[in-house]
Amino acid sequence: MLTKRIIPCLDIKDGRTVKGTNFVNLRDAGDPVELGALYAKKGADELVFLDITATVEKRKTLSELVNKIAHHINIPFTVGGGISSVEDVRVLLQNGADKISVNTSAFKNPQLINDLAKEFGSQCVVLAIDTKKEEDGEWYVYLNGGRTKTESKCFDWAKEGVERGAGEILLTSMNHDGTKQGFAIDITKRLSEELPVPVIASGGGGSMQHFEDIFNQANADAALAASIFHFKEIAIPDLKNFLNKQGITMRL
Amino acid sequence: MVLTIIKYNAGNIQSVLYALERIGVSAVVTDNIEQIQKADKVIFPGVGEASTAMNYLKERKLDEVIKNLKQPVLGICLGLQLMCRYSEENDTECIGLFDEDVRLFKPLPGSNVKVPQIGWNTIYDLKTKLFSSVSDKSYCYFVHGYYASFGKHTIAMTDYVQPYSSALHRDNFYGVQFHPEKSAANGEQIIKNFLSL
Repeated sequence: MLTKRIIPCLDIKDGRTVKGTNFVNLRDAGDPVELGALYAKKGADELVFLDITATVEKRKTLSELVNKIAHHINIPFTVGGGISSVEDVRVLLQNGADKISVNTSAFKNPQLINDLAKEFGSQCVVLAIDTKKEEDGEWYVYLNGGRTKTESKCFDWAKEGVERGAGEILLTSMNHDGTKQGFAIDITKRLSEELPVPVIASGGGGSMQHFEDIFNQANADAALAASIFHFKEIAIPDLKNFLNKQGITMRL
Repeated sequence: MVLTIIKYNAGNIQSVLYALERIGVSAVVTDNIEQIQKADKVIFPGVGEASTAMNYLKERKLDEVIKNLKQPVLGICLGLQLMCRYSEENDTECIGLFDEDVRLFKPLPGSNVKVPQIGWNTIYDLKTKLFSSVSDKSYCYFVHGYYASFGKHTIAMTDYVQPYSSALHRDNFYGVQFHPEKSAANGEQIIKNFLSL
């Protein structure tokens, strides 16, 4: 049976992991390759590397980093952050990325999703959506790392993205991100049950119970988290064993 | 040992090269017919769309080259599918080494099963030396919307929508639907097994 997936996310700036890590057994906690390899060894099912570098050197450092990751890590990984063209994606895939994620650039130019799916296949195109529930009870799409509100509703944009060829949705709830109070059950459930592609839930995972809830109540295909893994608040093997005992299929 | 990876218009070829490097094996990535024919072992990887890939191979006569190879050949993902007789993906006649046909996963309406299958699934009923030291029900990483049906060449099974062939074998030809290059320790074992065939 296909398993649910646990995905640690590493934020990268200038080729280094940021947001802090608490692994004393790493020679260099800022080295994304070393940290990624450690997570792979501990049983992570996939990795996401999100590049938040804002310099002009970005493309070169990112493709070099992707190449290094691909050499050292034996599980699939996705690369995101500022990807805006077919050519950007070609370079990352050629350097060994398995999937790429697009966010703001795809919203501004939705044709990009069609172009990427046609050129490289839907299986490597992840549409990342940052969403926030407003007072009117609706989930809206936000851009630029959550700084810019749009008038588009999250479900509508996700559906359009899938119709254009996105093979997976990475859904981050801004209401939940950083709170450690649990994932956004309602919007994740809606996307997961109404769209024909896998949905990765992100934002709010703070306890093992939260992961059980997002899989059992919202039917998410995968759950992504960062700091709880970086700061060793939850160890991946413990989490997967716990979920397995709750009857959720896990790769152990 | 000279190991050759067939280069064509499909993705994921570098990942196979890197996986080999991780276990200390170097390989040549090439579409040069002579280099492919002279290799001790050949890997035919790929992620992509069947008809585009077949057209590319036919234009370069690589389909005939592959079909006539005598050394061990390992098709991965799209490579396995192209080694079958026929693929439903854009109604494509394939190389025809395996009699099994390739069909689209068609989940029952309302079943909430996603296509493509993306993620880790188990392989079982393992046959041949390709799976030496690999436990029954080991997890491997899959990314695919089309599958090879069950048949006489099946050497591993996986369940998704229905049971299907996650590996095929005939004479010197092997194919795996999953990605050994992304399947952690199990994948590395399968690659090592292929290299020692």
